[in-house]
Parts: sequence; C-alpha cells; structure tokens
Amino acid sequence: MAQRRTAWTRLTTPFANIPAGTATTLALAMWVVVIGGWALLSYGRVVPNMFLPTPGTVLQTTYRMSLDGSLFYHTLTSAKVVLLGFIVSSLIAVPLGLWMGTYRAVQAPLEPLVNFIRYLPVTSFVPLFILWIGIGIEQRIAVIFFGTFFQQLVMISDCARSVSRDLVNASYTLGTKRSEAVWHVIFPAALPAILDTLRVTMGWAWTYLVVAELVAASSGLGYISLKAMRGFQVDVIFMAIAAIGLLGLITDTAFRIIRARVAPWAP
Amino acid sequence: MTESIKANNLAGAAYASGDPRSAGTTMAIEDVTLRYGDANGVLALDDVSLKVARNEFCVIVGPSGCGKSSLLYLAAGLNDATSGSIKVDGREVIEPGPDRGMVFQSYTLFPWLTVRANIEYGPKRKGLPAERRRQIVNQYLNEVGLTPFADHYPAQLSGGMKQRVAIARALANDPAVLLMDEPFGALDSQTRGTMQKLLLRVWERQQKTVLFVTHDIDEALVLGDRVLVMTARPGKIKAEIEVDIPRPRSMDVILEPDFIALKRRILGLLHDEIDEDH
Repeated sequence: MAQRRTAWTRLTTPFANIPAGTATTLALAMWVVVIGGWALLSYGRVVPNMFLPTPGTVLQTTYRMSLDGSLFYHTLTSAKVVLLGFIVSSLIAVPLGLWMGTYRAVQAPLEPLVNFIRYLPVTSFVPLFILWIGIGIEQRIAVIFFGTFFQQLVMISDCARSVSRDLVNASYTLGTKRSEAVWHVIFPAALPAILDTLRVTMGWAWTYLVVAELVAASSGLGYISLKAMRGFQVDVIFMAIAAIGLLGLITDTAFRIIRARVAPWAP
Repeated sequence: MTESIKANNLAGAAYASGDPRSAGTTMAIEDVTLRYGDANGVLALDDVSLKVARNEFCVIVGPSGCGKSSLLYLAAGLNDATSGSIKVDGREVIEPGPDRGMVFQSYTLFPWLTVRANIEYGPKRKGLPAERRRQIVNQYLNEVGLTPFADHYPAQLSGGMKQRVAIARALANDPAVLLMDEPFGALDSQTRGTMQKLLLRVWERQQKTVLFVTHDIDEALVLGDRVLVMTARPGKIKAEIEVDIPRPRSMDVILEPDFIALKRRILGLLHDEIDEDH
C-alpha cells in the first residue's frame, strides 16, 4: 500500500472527495470572508454608509420590517408573482417540450420561432404588456412567463430528444404502440432531466422579479427596492436582495427534495 | 394483439405433440436488401435469405459492420428493408410488435421501474390480469436467478444482472421469436461465460425460437444449433454451418476437437474476407 495521502494532496487532486467537515468549513469561511469584507468596508467608512449600509443597519431594518409585517407582505406578493408565472409556464412547456423533442413535425415549425423569441429581451416587452394586459398582477406574471417559457421549451425538448433510441425501440418490442411511447417511455425517461431544467429555470424566474415589478407595481420586493432607491434607503435594498436570494435558495432546495422523491431511481 | 397471443398458444400446442425441430418455420427472411440513403448509398445487406425453424437456436456470426445488427432490427420491425420480405409465423413484418422480443447490446431496462416492474411491462401492455402477471414475473425472476433483486432499480444492478433482467423481460411476453443483438458484448469474459450458460439453461427449459447475433465465434458455437457466417460490404450470408455438438453443452465444449474444427472453418471463412480486403 502506498503511503496515506496527506490532506493537502487530497485537496489539490482533481475530482477527489474531501471530508464533509472540511467542505462545511470552507463554505462557512466563504461567508465569513464576504460578510467580513462588507463589515470592514462599511464600519471602516471606506465606502460612505449612504451607499453601503453596515450589516447591523440591514439586520435592524429587517427586524423592524418583520415586526410590522411589511416584509412578509411584500415577500408573499413577490412569491405569488414568481410562482404563478413559473407554474403556468411549466404546465405548458413540459407537454409541449416533450412533443417538440419527440416529433420532428412539431419541432420543425416551432423551433425557428422559439429560438427567435427567446433571444428577445423581456424588458422590451414590458410596454407592450402594459398596453395589452394593464398594470395588474397579470402583467407581472406575464413578464415572468415570458422570461421562462421559451427557455424551458427549448431545454425540455432537448431532454426528450436525448432519451436513448434503444429504450424506445425496446418498448416497441414489448408491445408499446407508437402513440403511447411519448407518455409511457419518453416522459418517465426524461423526467429527472426535466426536473433539473425546472429547477434551473425557477432560478431564472426569480431574476426577472425586479423587472416585473419595475413598472406599476404597488407591492413586492422589487417594488420596495425601487421605492427605497428614491429615498436613499440602501439598507432596504440590501434586505430585499437578500430576501430574493433566500427565497431562491428555498425553492432550489424544495426542487432537489421533489426530484429525490419523484425520481429516486435517478442518480 | 389478441391474434398474436392466440397464434403463440397454437404454436405451443403444436410443439407439445410433435418434434420441435420439424414443427415448421417461425421466421422466414427472403431476399432482403438494405441500402442506406438513395440508390447510390451504402449497400448494408445484399439479398439475404434465411429461415429459422421453430425452437431453433440460430446464430449469425460476422465482423463488426457486416450488417448483422441491421438485419436483426429489420426482423424486429424497427427499420424498413429496401426490398424483400420478412415473415414471422407466416405474417409479414411491417412494424415492431410483442411477437418479436428483443434483447439489445446496450442496456435498455426502464430505469424508472424496478426489476419486477420491468419484467411486468410487456404482460401489462397485453392487458393480462394482475394475478397472471404476478405468476409470470415470479417465474422469470426465478428463471434468471434474480428473485432477491425483484425490488431493485436497474441502476443498482451489475451489467450481467441487467442483461438477465432484459432476457426475462423479453421472455415474459412469450414472443414467437427472441432476437438477441450481441446481448453479452459489453460484459467481461467471465460474466459472458456465466450468461451463456444461463441462456442455454433457460432456452432448453423454455423452448424458444432464438435468432442471436454475435461477432464472437466461440459464443456462436457454444450456443447455436446452426451458425450463419456473414461477411461485410455488402452484408451477405457466406456459409451455413450445422453445429452437431450434443446438448446439454458445458462451457468446456470449447476445448473439444469437434468444436475446434468448426471454429477453424469459420475463422477460415472470415479470414478469406479480410484477405480480399487487402
């Protein structure tokens, strides 16, 4: 047997595993560096507090806005917009993407159109949406939908297209009809990849939130950020940004749990 | 679908009262030509004809790229021949169907189903009642020795075990003919030997018509009643060799003079081909 590898060798070996404790320590150290750097810059007045609030002020603001219920109210509004936009988009993109990846006859007409639309900036459609849909919650949901749907469609059709041909062939020799293959074989085979796609695009849906609340919103995390900008309340902007990140982290974890429950067979 | 089940049952009944080898032809491939692309495309199969008798174990051996797998895909109905006809139990093959079970070289178990549910897939498509399905699944789990792994997912199995499930899954559908496309090609040589032994045992008990494709001459001679030697560009059946080695065969058969003589003949046929190339 070779001599036991030193900790340093392990840390510097490509793809090698490191102990769980070390991984946690490294992750925590990163946060300490980021928050420490922030504290240094703000408490040390390197950057004026008008532009960079101290961690203490942000915590105080968060505490204050939690007590009066406004943080919860704005978070809920934003979550509603993002989740509704995302769910409506997914409900259409999953079946349509499956058909698109399965049948060339669906792919041929849709792909050029979808690839055109998905490179258009969502922001450029906001004026149109206001004209067409108005300034209610539907307009914000439309922005989220528009930002995620076309990306989802392309990615999900790729998931379906990468299902092994021999898996489908095997199902035919076992009595599956052509019309059944898409739901009996291609859908379950692509399911883990589809769930991964949904998880990734959920993250994108959150990033469109502020764009959605840019115009004509009267509540939501993006809305309070914009209002805070006008009043130079940098601490509120920081809190809103952190809240969006935290919500993103929660939905991401939720998707990981769902995937492990729904597709326990996939690595 | 009910028609093919009936036909299978009738075939089984016919066999029960007669000699297995004289009970007729299960699969007839006549003048099959396969050309990829247009009229100037590559000629993959050139006028191939062969017959597989009921309950016969027929092996096609040939170098990679000779079109032997393509021929099997045509027989399964997964691809269309340029010309010629393929009949199974007298019916023309026009599309894939459960009367032609297939075991692929790549692993094709449904990863979202347990071993049990994979084997049950075909009987379920046929609409058999739950109790009958359970009997069939248990029988074939036992046949391939995987009863303790019934509730495992394919990802938890070794390569050899996956192919055992694939064989059980194909047989559970009671196909008229079992098509096997280098099913042990991806396995290590020891596992391959074990799998050949297992396949022989199952075949001897189940009495199935098998068309087996391989590039491994030893494998062809250990398994087959008859070996068809195929050559490449264009794919053609060059010779037909009766394997008159008595059954049941053990794996030691590869050391016997009769076996070695047959192997030398096949090697000679394949080497001629290689020499022509140079």
